Amino acid sequence: VIADQQTITELAPRIARGEVRSETITEKALERIAQLNAELNAFITVTADHALAAARQADKEIAAGRCRGPLHGIPVSLKDLIDMDGVPTTAASRLRADHVARRDARVTTRLREAGAVIVGKTNLHEFAFGTTTEDSGWGAARNPFDPSRSAGGSSSGSAIAVKTGMSIASVGTDTGGSIRIPSAACGVVGLKPEWEEISSEGVVPLSRQLDHVGPIAQSVEDAAIMFDVMRGEPAAALDAKPLLGTRLAILGGYFFDRIDEDVEANVLAAVDRLRSLGASISTVTLSHAASIAPVYLHLVLADAAAYHATTLGERPAAYTSNVRLRLEMGRYILAEDYVRALRGRAVLAAEVDRVLDGVEALLLPALAIPAPPLGASAVPVKGGEEPVRNAMLRCTQPFNLSGHPAISLPCGNTPSRLPVGLQLAGRRGGTRDLLQLARSVEAALAPQA
Amino acid sequence: MSQADADIGGEPMTLEQWLEDARMDAFRRRLPELAELLEGLAKATAALREADWNDDASGRNERDEEPK
Repeated sequence: VIADQQTITELAPRIARGEVRSETITEKALERIAQLNAELNAFITVTADHALAAARQADKEIAAGRCRGPLHGIPVSLKDLIDMDGVPTTAASRLRADHVARRDARVTTRLREAGAVIVGKTNLHEFAFGTTTEDSGWGAARNPFDPSRSAGGSSSGSAIAVKTGMSIASVGTDTGGSIRIPSAACGVVGLKPEWEEISSEGVVPLSRQLDHVGPIAQSVEDAAIMFDVMRGEPAAALDAKPLLGTRLAILGGYFFDRIDEDVEANVLAAVDRLRSLGASISTVTLSHAASIAPVYLHLVLADAAAYHATTLGERPAAYTSNVRLRLEMGRYILAEDYVRALRGRAVLAAEVDRVLDGVEALLLPALAIPAPPLGASAVPVKGGEEPVRNAMLRCTQPFNLSGHPAISLPCGNTPSRLPVGLQLAGRRGGTRDLLQLARSVEAALAPQA
Repeated sequence: MSQADADIGGEPMTLEQWLEDARMDAFRRRLPELAELLEGLAKATAALREADWNDDASGRNERDEEPK
């Protein structure tokens, strides 16, 4: 299932020179979907006819000397809560089984304008309201490293697609970690940009104040190309930032307290490697870290409950039971507690700003545990057991609350050969700086030949 | 008796009472699993209310620095 895939960075110059045709690459992606989707359940809708037509058009334009840039002719996928004109946006819910988008989301338009070939819409936790994708109206997505395990969530189908070559890159969304969690679980790169850096127009919301749109890709350079295009900028070359003398900080305490020991060992080994290459690494903590989960919960539950109130009344049976119950829970939150959570969010955001003062980025796990078995409700962590949902969201939530950019990249495997993700969180206004740093970190952590 | 001293009676609105009312409502709606989830939410709400950024009208918990 897992094979070395070609990256955008490798393919783009060959496509531009006419050495490789988009139609060939697109056919290969569609073949991978045909081979693997029955087992892994990564796609809800495959847009094969559209993709092949777009690929042929790309080949014609490139042959005529009109290459639009590095995404021209590249097969990509969209999480199925992002609109694509004329195609259903199910949000993995039977509630929206009959929905057909009447226009492209802003991000879809930008990808199409850059010449990307959209091969389909990927599976997710229903309405992005979960971290395992067990609750999807189209069935659970499965981890390509071990199909008995979750691929994370909610953008699991996107991460699976990228890891297995069903698409070269994908677009996900991240409200509490939904890009970074599946990226860590599937061994790919996932970028949550700064809040509102990429438009969420035409994207089904979970919590508009916490939702972020971002790329999932095979490498940091690929993620940077997707990021540039998705925010409406020309894709620019990504220089690596030298690690020598770079000041970084481990975000310690809470984020390493209840964590799988193998994940911790891999993350700390990555930190040692960066230190050995000359990075100066201190340790910092957030004094209100224990409040992250309660603040997040009150905001996301209430925001989601407001969006779903009408359909919860009209068609409750169309939801999966777990997601319906979580949405119903949000209807009981008092306004005064929502206001307390808004205030807590501001306190936490200021704390993240403070710990980033004087350092380029924070280092912490992206996912505190390896991909959990499907059906598990709790997982072992240092010091006991932890509910799966808490364990999966623990390290990613703070940067949804604060809005800072954060990226997950692979940093080794557990003894069971499950991927581990290292998370880097950067300063406001510094997503490209973060990508430059992540490129160096990726190179430093690459398995030695 | 001044206006400020007027006592209109009534009981305080506590988190425990909120949980009891919410659980009863969940059972009334024939959603017993929701009643269980609400207990978890009540724990999170208690933690939220105990956070040191909360102030109150008495002025006891005023912070030096206001979150923006």
